[in-house]
Amino acid sequence: MASAPTTVDQVRPRGRTWKFIKRLRGGDEVAHLITLLAAASIIVVTVMLVYQLYVNSALPRHKFGLSFFLGKTWDPVSGEFGALPFIFGTIVSSALALLVAVPLGVGAAIFLSELAPPRISNVTTFVIELLAAVPSVIYGLLGVFILVPVLRIVVMPFLKATLGFLPFFQGPIYGVSMLAGGLVLAIMIVPFIISVSREVLMAVPVEQREAALGLGATKWESTWQVVVPFARVGIMASIFLALARALGETMAVTMVIGNDPRVNASLFAPAYSIAAVIANEFTEATGDLYLEALIELGLVLFLLTILINGLARLVIIATTQKGAAQG
Amino acid sequence: MKLKSSFASIALGAALIAGGVIALVDSPSAAPVPAPLLINAAGATFPYPIYSKWFTEYNRIHPDIQINYQSIGSGGGIRQLQAGTVDFGASDAPMTDEQLQQAKVPVLHFPTVLGAVVPTYNIEGVSQELNFTGEVLADIFLGKITKWNDAALASSNHGVNLPNTDIVVVHRSDGSGTSYVWTDYLSKVSKDWETKVGRNTSVNWPVGLGGKGNEGVSGLVKQTPGAIGYVELIYAVQNNLPYGQVKNSTGAFVKADLASVTAAAASESKKIPADFRVSITNAQGKAAYPVCSFTYLLIPSKIDDAAKKQAIKDFLHWMLTTGQNDAEGLSYAKLPKDVVSREMKAIGQIN
Repeated sequence: MASAPTTVDQVRPRGRTWKFIKRLRGGDEVAHLITLLAAASIIVVTVMLVYQLYVNSALPRHKFGLSFFLGKTWDPVSGEFGALPFIFGTIVSSALALLVAVPLGVGAAIFLSELAPPRISNVTTFVIELLAAVPSVIYGLLGVFILVPVLRIVVMPFLKATLGFLPFFQGPIYGVSMLAGGLVLAIMIVPFIISVSREVLMAVPVEQREAALGLGATKWESTWQVVVPFARVGIMASIFLALARALGETMAVTMVIGNDPRVNASLFAPAYSIAAVIANEFTEATGDLYLEALIELGLVLFLLTILINGLARLVIIATTQKGAAQG
Repeated sequence: MKLKSSFASIALGAALIAGGVIALVDSPSAAPVPAPLLINAAGATFPYPIYSKWFTEYNRIHPDIQINYQSIGSGGGIRQLQAGTVDFGASDAPMTDEQLQQAKVPVLHFPTVLGAVVPTYNIEGVSQELNFTGEVLADIFLGKITKWNDAALASSNHGVNLPNTDIVVVHRSDGSGTSYVWTDYLSKVSKDWETKVGRNTSVNWPVGLGGKGNEGVSGLVKQTPGAIGYVELIYAVQNNLPYGQVKNSTGAFVKADLASVTAAAASESKKIPADFRVSITNAQGKAAYPVCSFTYLLIPSKIDDAAKKQAIKDFLHWMLTTGQNDAEGLSYAKLPKDVVSREMKAIGQIN
């Protein structure tokens, strides 16, 4: 590394081949090539994935066209396939999860990075990182045996009695429901938000805090008005990472969401998600149209993820520009 | 310097890996003991416990033959068989005409054991065994009967104090042979069900919650007051779930057990076609339990590899004789005698 190829070339100009070999010997070119291959392989895998999903979903794409996205019926017997209930279930359960997990996760991250004594912060962070590694089926089991009964016996009757005038809290109470799915997802993604947000908050330069405190800000003012805005982009990134996990989560969701492909305003009603229906029906899907409709659902989930990630980028760009303008 | 040495270590690593691969490729031919004949099969999950027992046991008797069975689901088994990536497949439901046409070589069906599906429920204050007619079950799963004290239910359950509570229907969320047998039965006993819903491994359920697997369904039923679902007989027996009797086509309420399931197959045996592709739900016999079905091995009628062909034929023969004795220990109903003798003859169709 110390002997940069350019300086060598300047001293002793030679043919192109020699130049290349020289750079190769320096190791730079090799490292460049290896890392390029690593990066390219990601692109190749993604392109191949989309291509395969696209090619193998030709039958339903031709048969249903765009109405696949809006169809409400999923009937393997008559061969009628519509993705709307699954798209709805995926988006709503993930949104619900974010609604619960973001305040909880960001709040916990702020406490751990700004307020907690370092020892408590370190121990708690260790536990949170353990939580992030728990297999989703365990969360599903917790959901089935603890969350769902609590929802059915305590939470849902309470919500129905107090907020029952809202369409979200009406209808029969089963326990397994969109609400249960969203809550299990929330529990699963909170560790991601806390873990990444805490790192980002801790990376905010001490000078920022000291300057704020020096100007007479209270601890909370310095945290909320200086540190958190400084770390905003990183916190957003943690949230979108968590959202990506929520969108694709299969096992824990299918165990508590009720698996009923219907669009229903009530959070008490069972619902279904894209990832869950693919996992549930793929093994026994007989008939080409049925199988390919499931593959097309995979494509839809992919598009949904791209769309949401794109939106996420826009949000980040917009908020950073706003921050810059303020500064 | 540092970079150079790390490059050298990468090269060394690559060389080691390459060497390892070569060694791996080399090793089978260098092995002194001849490798056993490997037969690959894939398909249904429902009979997996007995298949795995059969294949292990058969391998112990014939160490030169090893059957590797992957329980990836009936749909996957049929597709792999059609594509020719497995030597034989397995399915809970017989292949459709369309599926048979897509296979490269004609496929033969060999029933192996019988399974049954039972209604399980959770009603507060009711400990008795309930009686269900086919029509009532269909109407419950159609969402037409919504209360446990409905007159149609009460009329076949005299003396049971059925409460005025809502019925919560629970069905399988994953595609499964169990759902196929259940919906096939409901289609036979209810015109309404046949036209509105139909039969398949997954259907567009008019009402209810979906649970993943037998354990998902029984878990939801246990947890939810007023719930009714359906599970495999084996699962209900092994987990001591309460399950109801179902009225068969002769008018008798029959409780599912190994005898009543075999009786269903026996009573239908005259109607079983030469290719064994038959639904035996709603069977005619007096002692027959109406919600049951065969599960099949799907064997290509033409196997090019002579050693494999002989091995598969021998295994089928063993499965139909000695193997059948293992069935009841694992709560599968065994085949009726005349089905066994007809299958013995069918083995001859494999060339």
